[in-house]
Amino acid sequence: MSDLANQFLFLPERASTFAERVDFLHYFVVGTTMVMSAGVGLAALFMFFRYRRREAHQHTEYVVPDLKTEFLFVSVPLVFFLAWFAIGFRDFTWFTTPPKDSMDVYVMGKQWMWKFSYPEGPNGVNVLHVPANRPVRLLITSRDVIHSFYVPSFRIKMDALPGRYTQAWFEATKPGTYQVLCTEYCGLSHSKMLAEVVVLAPEDYENWLQEQQRGRLQDRQDALADTSLVPPVARMAEQGQKLVGTQGCLKCHSVDGSKHIGPTFLGMYEREEKLDDGQTIRVDEAYITQSMMDPGAHIVAGYQNVMPTYQGKLQGPESAAIVEYIKTLRTANVRETASEGPAYDPIQ
Amino acid sequence: MTPSSSIAAPGAVPGHEAHDDHGHHPSYLTDGTTVKSWLLTVDHKRIGIMYLAWILLFFLVGGIFALLIRIELLTPGPTIMDAMTYNRVFTLHGVVMIFLFMIPAIPSVFGNFLLPLMLGAKDVAFPRLNLLSLYVYLAGAGFALWGMLNGGLDTGWTFYTPYSAHTTTTVAPVLFGAFIIGFSSILTGMNFIVTTHTMRAPGITWFKMPLMVWALYATSCIQVLATPVIGLLLLLVTAENLFSLGMFDVARGGDPVLFQHLFWFYSHPAVYIMVLPAFGVMSEVVSTFSRKNIFGYRAVAYSSVGIAFVGFFAWGHHMFVSGQSTFNAGVFGVLSMLVGVFTAIKVFNWVGTVYKGAVEFSTPFAYFCGFLFFTVFGGMTGIAVATVSLDVAWHDTYFVVAHFHFIMVGATIMAFLAALHYWFPKMFGKMYHEGWGLVSAALIILGFNATFIPQFLVGNAGMPRRYYEYPERFQALNVASTAGASLLAFGFIIIAIYLTYALIYGERVDNPWHSKGYEWLTHSPPPTHNFIGPQPTYPEEPHFYVDPKKAQGEVSDV
Repeated sequence: MSDLANQFLFLPERASTFAERVDFLHYFVVGTTMVMSAGVGLAALFMFFRYRRREAHQHTEYVVPDLKTEFLFVSVPLVFFLAWFAIGFRDFTWFTTPPKDSMDVYVMGKQWMWKFSYPEGPNGVNVLHVPANRPVRLLITSRDVIHSFYVPSFRIKMDALPGRYTQAWFEATKPGTYQVLCTEYCGLSHSKMLAEVVVLAPEDYENWLQEQQRGRLQDRQDALADTSLVPPVARMAEQGQKLVGTQGCLKCHSVDGSKHIGPTFLGMYEREEKLDDGQTIRVDEAYITQSMMDPGAHIVAGYQNVMPTYQGKLQGPESAAIVEYIKTLRTANVRETASEGPAYDPIQ
Repeated sequence: MTPSSSIAAPGAVPGHEAHDDHGHHPSYLTDGTTVKSWLLTVDHKRIGIMYLAWILLFFLVGGIFALLIRIELLTPGPTIMDAMTYNRVFTLHGVVMIFLFMIPAIPSVFGNFLLPLMLGAKDVAFPRLNLLSLYVYLAGAGFALWGMLNGGLDTGWTFYTPYSAHTTTTVAPVLFGAFIIGFSSILTGMNFIVTTHTMRAPGITWFKMPLMVWALYATSCIQVLATPVIGLLLLLVTAENLFSLGMFDVARGGDPVLFQHLFWFYSHPAVYIMVLPAFGVMSEVVSTFSRKNIFGYRAVAYSSVGIAFVGFFAWGHHMFVSGQSTFNAGVFGVLSMLVGVFTAIKVFNWVGTVYKGAVEFSTPFAYFCGFLFFTVFGGMTGIAVATVSLDVAWHDTYFVVAHFHFIMVGATIMAFLAALHYWFPKMFGKMYHEGWGLVSAALIILGFNATFIPQFLVGNAGMPRRYYEYPERFQALNVASTAGASLLAFGFIIIAIYLTYALIYGERVDNPWHSKGYEWLTHSPPPTHNFIGPQPTYPEEPHFYVDPKKAQGEVSDV
């Protein structure tokens, strides 16, 4: 039934849990639209015929609607529209709230390609491998202009903004290859900014991951001499640890919980911070990235606005790696008062 | 401009001398026939006619570029141009159609011509300012077109930063041109607001104004309130592009999404600058051709004001997937629904107007039928894309392209053509061939559907907008859309031919529709100061077709 409807509406294959929700509402909205348009159209056509003009100067009656009719005109569409809104907003909230156990993948748009990096795995260009039936959270950013990450079969889309992370998530329901398109106009080769998501059965995905982590260089002895082909550090967090040293982050930020010029990285991720304007903010990927690119945007209370911007100095994968590193510095309990024993739990 | 010479054309039918002798007053067309008397005129009717000439020219330019786009998209790969040219062509199509045609089309042409006539006034409140707004519009158009020919920008008409700040094409002249055009829009809006407030003839109270006036009034309010925002924004982007200011650059503490908020704060209400006057035209047309008072006059009048009001609070629905908060998406989503409700009120009342009427199926009424379909279907798909979860799938695909062409372009073009055919006898005192009118109306409505219905489907299939090349699976629908576009073009060519013919050889008429609209209380074409002798009186409401002898006690409710 719904396959027939999809063919009729030219909808692509439905391959994620979100797609099922979207399609259900799609049928409801499009169906009602068709019925309403047909109803209004047929009523109009009937009246055009029924009340056709019979003489040139024909006089007509003075007809005005009573309050009941006007009320009907307002309330019927309002009820339908609000119903669609309610269902749509429920699904949208679901779409903007990734499950806690979702797997993270960093996505960076760049004129004109998509780069993917896994916290635990390899980097790749234009091909994203994910397991089926497991929520995947995409942390999306851009290196230059605004792009938009769109997978028609998953019905998901999210803009990639320079200097900031946005997030989207999906749970693919069946193995296969699905096209990724860029939907925000980004210049000359906008229409060539294509990529694909390869959804693998969970065991195939594990195999693929291990294969990647082992490194393909084992099979390519001839390539070993060429150091440029050596893959970057496999774990983004390790790369990030190096970067915070080389980029000078540690001159102001500590990783052991001690107070310095800037807030400590320890336990920073997912902490609620009080800002100097009295508001609070939850430290997430977006906030950390924004603080690197535009440090003055939200200053944590008690600190000075002294950090320089890293926009242009850090590439997308590098800022992603620093975020990954900060995420590893988690601790259950950080004290900022005088020590009464161990200041914090061991780093997880 | 030479329509004036047509009055004395040899083809004019005998018997019209009697009409001309009627008051020994020349019409506005014949009162001075020198070029200077046109270019320096302060007569709102002549200014309206000059706007019409220019706007038709720009419509032709935008239309040619639309056809180039459709031809390029016939095949998945390159067809007739390279990617850079294509990007410039769709930008040009958008900029010309939006800023030079859609926004000024109905208010500047028909608003200028009709507003004083409908209010029983001799002219608009500030006639010289009115002429100035025409030249400001032309200056802006000249600037923008010059920029497009010398380099041509490739940003799309939305000029999103940071792309527009980085692109190597020449952005500044076009943005500055659009900035200048904004002033024209503000001046016209102010002029209409003051005219409506101060120049209504005795007897015309607020609730006795024709619905066209209500629509123009609501439109003018939007123009005056929203246009300054885009003016400032365009200056900021120009400065960003020329001097790297950093307003929208993350590296300097700027925010690219701030651009989108400011841009849509104008550009979403701008959609209503385009369609509210269209709604006004249709209220006049449906009333005249069914010989009925508007069913629920007050509801239609209030809903114009309602749309103008909530139109300001719906801009965020262009940004559901831009990383704005979920809460914002909810607020903008629900506010967008209200626009749909106001539009629904209008649609129901228009259809209700036909009830117990006397329908004459003429050319303007044919456009009303097309308009009804485009408004209902375009409006309903508007509700669909304002539904947040659905918009995640549809945003920036051809579904959105099809949606806004249906409601914004379809409805406005239907109204523009309906207005052109309905008021053609008023403007020139001549009549066109009704048969050709109906044929071209059918062609255009059919062509429009054939062009944009495939675009809804290709959008469903996942084709993003502004694509120079596309995956092969989208081709069949693109070919269908291009075929529809050529049908559409053919319809416009027919109109151009028979209206030009009618302008020269058309039969002389005064009020061919037996309309009771206020603007028909004077001669067609009207004399220079609109009325000869004493000003007409306005004892009845506009759109009042009841037999005066039977009017007593003839009010029936539904």
